[in-house]
Amino acid sequence: MFNNLQEFYNFIPMILIGAGILISVSVELFSKKNLVFMSWFSIILFFVVGMVSLWTIDAKSVILQNMVATGGYVNIFYALFNFTAMIVCLLSIEYLKKYDALFGEYYILLQTSVLGMMLMAAAKDLFVIFLGLELMSVSFYVLAGINRKRANAIEASLKYFLLGAFATGFIVYGIALIYGTSQSTSIDIIASKFIELSGNLLFISGVLLFLIGFSFKIAAFPFHMWVPDVYQGSPSTISAFFSTAGKTAAFSAIIVSFFALFSSGATKIITPFLSVIAVFSMFFGSIVAISQTNIKRMLAYSSISNAGYLVIGLAASNSEGIAGVIFYLTAYSLMNLGAFGIVSIIESKEEKNLDIYDYSGLSNKQPLLAGLLSLLMFSLAGIPPFAGFFGKYYIFMAAIKSDLTILAILGVLSSVISVYFYLRLVVIMYFKESENSLEISQSNTGLIALFISCLLIVVLGIFPGSFLSIINSAL
Amino acid sequence: MTITIEYYLILSAFMFIVGVAGVLTRRNAIIVFMCIELMLNSANLTLVAFSSYLGSSVGQLFVFFVMTVAAAEAAVGLAIIIAIFRNKLTVNIDDINILKW
Repeated sequence: MFNNLQEFYNFIPMILIGAGILISVSVELFSKKNLVFMSWFSIILFFVVGMVSLWTIDAKSVILQNMVATGGYVNIFYALFNFTAMIVCLLSIEYLKKYDALFGEYYILLQTSVLGMMLMAAAKDLFVIFLGLELMSVSFYVLAGINRKRANAIEASLKYFLLGAFATGFIVYGIALIYGTSQSTSIDIIASKFIELSGNLLFISGVLLFLIGFSFKIAAFPFHMWVPDVYQGSPSTISAFFSTAGKTAAFSAIIVSFFALFSSGATKIITPFLSVIAVFSMFFGSIVAISQTNIKRMLAYSSISNAGYLVIGLAASNSEGIAGVIFYLTAYSLMNLGAFGIVSIIESKEEKNLDIYDYSGLSNKQPLLAGLLSLLMFSLAGIPPFAGFFGKYYIFMAAIKSDLTILAILGVLSSVISVYFYLRLVVIMYFKESENSLEISQSNTGLIALFISCLLIVVLGIFPGSFLSIINSAL
Repeated sequence: MTITIEYYLILSAFMFIVGVAGVLTRRNAIIVFMCIELMLNSANLTLVAFSSYLGSSVGQLFVFFVMTVAAAEAAVGLAIIIAIFRNKLTVNIDDINILKW
């Protein structure tokens, strides 16, 4: 398995989380309803794995028969997944009581999905991408319907499952065609043959099917219709997890597959397709979000349009674009965790208080939550000096650098449209009188999670350069 | 007469298209799920055909992984379909519409 101790050492983040899953399963097996242990064990596990990943960021290597890469940007993704999952766990402790879903499996499934995401980010082979993707997706299908007695949740779960499995069919068929024409499943070998195979119809259809399948997972244009329904029906904390870690994981797999192509300049072949995906997702998301009154649906459409911005960074196909994508994924994860976190705190039993007009007058009743939510909305709208602005800025600059100025202009246009619905929420919170009383259950752990994400957004917004240089040195 | 690789590819492409058409047109959740399995199996057929054509075993190995994953998906998917049937006494996708589809 491992050729020497160094390789084992590089692989430690994945081993730690695997061991954590085994421990959690055994504890859940032998002591039922031990939720306090499960939640805090998961939080500590995610924190430790995240820190270890950052600690071993310099250990760049390719191990396990060229299947898995370690070190560098892979570890940045590891840390991102784990810290996202940690914040989701912090938010979940109080939320699950409201939601009547006090199951230990919830935390185990979070852990398995994080393991799947880490496999996707580390993949050097289509095998590993596929296995990681399915480990993540199957966990997600169950998490969406974790409370099977709720009609909303189980409906979201069914829709997510049917469309997710449909997209998996595309990905597997794409992989089969790619394997047949390039005679290998190793990403490096496929990348080295990409130019000579680009005239092969079977190969190109394989790559396109693969891309179409992944556009489902990143919630981008051709397969976006599940997003609002699933985000609305799932528990709010799980929607937060889907829209942040799930999207990041799918992007990490695409980055892994494309990164090998950059040196040969072969990405020029797929740039037109990516541009179409980007433009349609951005405009569809930001225009439809204007007409939404359910806050979770609004955030879901904003998630579609954000997928569009991120695809611009991929279409730019240079290392600045990739650095921008990683920066924006980090910023976007923090912003969405905060936004869905506030939604999960304000949401009352039986999924009430989810309409944006329920938020009217929030500034009087809950000045702290209103302030944090405005900060997050300003950041999502791309107003400096918050992290969201710099993420978009780096992506658009990378697009301009590779002569995709039109894409950058369309991106700015779409983000101007999106300012409307983000700021509408702020206006409602501060300038509208409330008609009904809002009962909010206090959640200290939830507040800690919110503070962590808001603090990081401000820090990333004030010192964007230092984080970008970390990413650049890891690429 | 030998059966060349093209026949396998055409057959599996046909199976894939039947699967996609089934997912898009059928309204019973279980039949939709069966069509998805058909798509996965068409990919398996492609993999096996290429594997034998290229003389490399990687494709056949991949088929085992796809089959395992399909089994896991079937377990989860059928459980979800049972849960929704208990809730609404139907598995017709058109009737499952609390959320806007």
